[in-house]
Amino acid sequence: MSDARSQTADRKRSGVLLARVVLLAAFVLAGCTGQAQGAPPPAFDTGVDPDAWAQVPAGEFLCGQHEKETTIALPYEIMVTDVTNAQFARYLNEALVQGAVMLKGDRIVGYYPGDIFHGHKHEDKIEAGDWLHVPLSDSILRLTYDGRSFDVKQGYENHPMTVVTWFGAKAYCEFYGWRLPSEIEWEKAARGTDNRAFPWGETIERQSANFYASRDPFEAVAGKQGDTTPVGFYNGRVYNGFWTEDARSAFGLYDMAGNVWQWVSDINEGTHDRYLRGGSKINYEYDLRIWSRNSARPDYYSPSVGFRCAR
Amino acid sequence: MKAVSDRFRYLFRSTKGLILVAITLIAIVTATWGMLSGPLKEWGIGDVAIRLYGMRLVEAEREGRIILLYHTIAMAVVAIEVYLITALVPMKPQQQANINATITVGYIVAMIFGLAFGYFGHNFVFHGLFVFGQSLVFFAGLMLAVALWPWRREYHVQDPAYAHTRGGVDLERVAFFTMAAATLGSALFGAVPGSLWGRGQETFLAEDIVRIPFKTPLQLAVIGHLHIMLALIAVALTLILGRWFGFKGRLHTLAMPMMIAGTLIITGGVWAVVPFEPIAHMIINIGSFPVLVASWLLVYYGWRKIMQGRLAAQGISGAPCFRQKLSALLCDPLRFGMLWQMVYMNFVVTAVGIFMAIRLDEVIRRWPLREEKVVLTGHWHILAGIIATIILLLYADMAGLEGRARQWFGWVVIIASDIAFAAVSLYETKRLFVSEAGQQPLVNITMLVTDAALATTLLALATLLVWRLVDLFRRDGRWAWESAEAALEAPQAEMIP
Repeated sequence: MSDARSQTADRKRSGVLLARVVLLAAFVLAGCTGQAQGAPPPAFDTGVDPDAWAQVPAGEFLCGQHEKETTIALPYEIMVTDVTNAQFARYLNEALVQGAVMLKGDRIVGYYPGDIFHGHKHEDKIEAGDWLHVPLSDSILRLTYDGRSFDVKQGYENHPMTVVTWFGAKAYCEFYGWRLPSEIEWEKAARGTDNRAFPWGETIERQSANFYASRDPFEAVAGKQGDTTPVGFYNGRVYNGFWTEDARSAFGLYDMAGNVWQWVSDINEGTHDRYLRGGSKINYEYDLRIWSRNSARPDYYSPSVGFRCAR
Repeated sequence: MKAVSDRFRYLFRSTKGLILVAITLIAIVTATWGMLSGPLKEWGIGDVAIRLYGMRLVEAEREGRIILLYHTIAMAVVAIEVYLITALVPMKPQQQANINATITVGYIVAMIFGLAFGYFGHNFVFHGLFVFGQSLVFFAGLMLAVALWPWRREYHVQDPAYAHTRGGVDLERVAFFTMAAATLGSALFGAVPGSLWGRGQETFLAEDIVRIPFKTPLQLAVIGHLHIMLALIAVALTLILGRWFGFKGRLHTLAMPMMIAGTLIITGGVWAVVPFEPIAHMIINIGSFPVLVASWLLVYYGWRKIMQGRLAAQGISGAPCFRQKLSALLCDPLRFGMLWQMVYMNFVVTAVGIFMAIRLDEVIRRWPLREEKVVLTGHWHILAGIIATIILLLYADMAGLEGRARQWFGWVVIIASDIAFAAVSLYETKRLFVSEAGQQPLVNITMLVTDAALATTLLALATLLVWRLVDLFRRDGRWAWESAEAALEAPQAEMIP
């Protein structure tokens, strides 16, 4: 009888021990990675100039997953990289002085004349008024503001500007006399004139772009969804033993797949949503395919959304 | 040679053998193709698997491949339901044999050649065979509808314990017939855009176009098709469980008219998506309510029956206390579990769906499309997963799993799968609780729990299949008497619970 009791007690103890081991393992495996918000990220100089522009000629290209022949009538230029935090901080300092944007509480806002409202199901009115550009209170923002001027958190100078709305992205481009690229302009710049699935070719590897669980040096700090990589990071260089592919598009653009989604200019009838292209650091590879599209309200912002300009 | 033909006869002529074959094929496809996504892809196993199998994957064809993949699995699930229906609902033995043979050839041809076309280069003969296989499944459905025709006098009932019309038409049979007819029409609803593939109809996943304000009629038809097919698979399974539990009495007379009306209204609502999209969802919601209520009545009936049966077996009479009732209810995880999974579906599928519908503009559409797609994809994966677990528990019950194996298998499937479904629900709705920047720990823990729980469920399934595989090598194994009881002259004889 006592043997049976001791066996039962042993079994219970084993069960409790097993449960503890499983729980501990789960927490060790799962809980130790969140997005680092305090410590500076690893600093890498990519050697890519964020002020450079690429030329895209007029003419036909194969648009979308189903490769529809599409013509863009005029040539245009598009930024070689996403707009960086340093560029955006410089812009804010100039734009605030000139009154192009305003500081309202902890928000950077600017005037937008509104969209034409069609009253379609699920469509919201985007009315004329001051709309959010950048929320200064969001701790994931890589900019700092000391009451007089904007600066960039250490180590993020050459990372893409994120936590910026469509209104903010549009205002940045227009401040300098440029514009956001249209969706088809963005796509042609990414794809070139053949039918490739990614800006650099047909297949994607961990060394080609910043995507979910791509094991870049920033994921070691911030977990599988990682952090933004500096613009032009995937250029064939080796960073602390992490080698990268030269992942430029046919027209020489970097980061047209992964890192951050990019706002495009299109306003579409029947919806208030704006489109985002390119996929980001928190998406799997299939979202990085050239035709992949995301959409969001124009006042949406996120640490995985940025932009580049065209002219 | 006789040994092979005996086993072949068991696997392809008995209901239990046919279901075993279908479950095994689904398990093989799931195990093989599961390597191409999720954690196994993250670990690099997906790339190894692609090279090992010699798959030829083109990025632009991913959506098409996925559509082929889940059609092949869906065909096998439909076949399992058809086997159960032909065994549980009275019909002529020849009708049962014809239907089962046709759908078996159909789903296997569709599965083999659909996957071959999608993943191993585009041989259009294979595509033709994939369509041919699906056509056979459809033809089997037509034969099933004919066999289920409820207005034949020989199938009339007079027993007041079963729902019937004054003229004696069996309303449960009408419910089966309605479901079968609705499924055939809804299959055509998808077949029309499918037949225009490459000629005006482009491959897409429904979740990718959910926010496009102006959808083409063909796009709407595809969206309607996938919704109604999954809903009708669930309706069919509910009716099958009703037969399995011997559903009857006052609740039966209430439930069957609701099942019929609900099935008709939901189907009508989905078909109305093309011409009347703005009001279609409202019609579907109206139709869903009576179907849900009918399923709750079945759950109540089934649980009461399990409880009363166990209490009687224990010799407990009079007024048992709550603990005794609960203990009796939980004594058999397979039979309890089939119905519990239907209840659980209300928490992780129905409730989430209602929340999405009610707060679509205020909450869901404030998120980017990518987040909404996660919710939509998670939503129907859970629904499909729950249906699969119900079928597994039903099969294990049919297969006569006994003793500790019955307890272990039943509870492992229920607990592990429900943990997985809860974790996926949390993952898909994570934006309600955490920001994107702070989501990594939640993503990690929910993914870890989901993967571990699904792996445990699949391990239980693998154990069940290995048991049956080993049994097939025994001269007088369980398969032998299952085969013997499956005399086609008496289709229902092999299925008496």
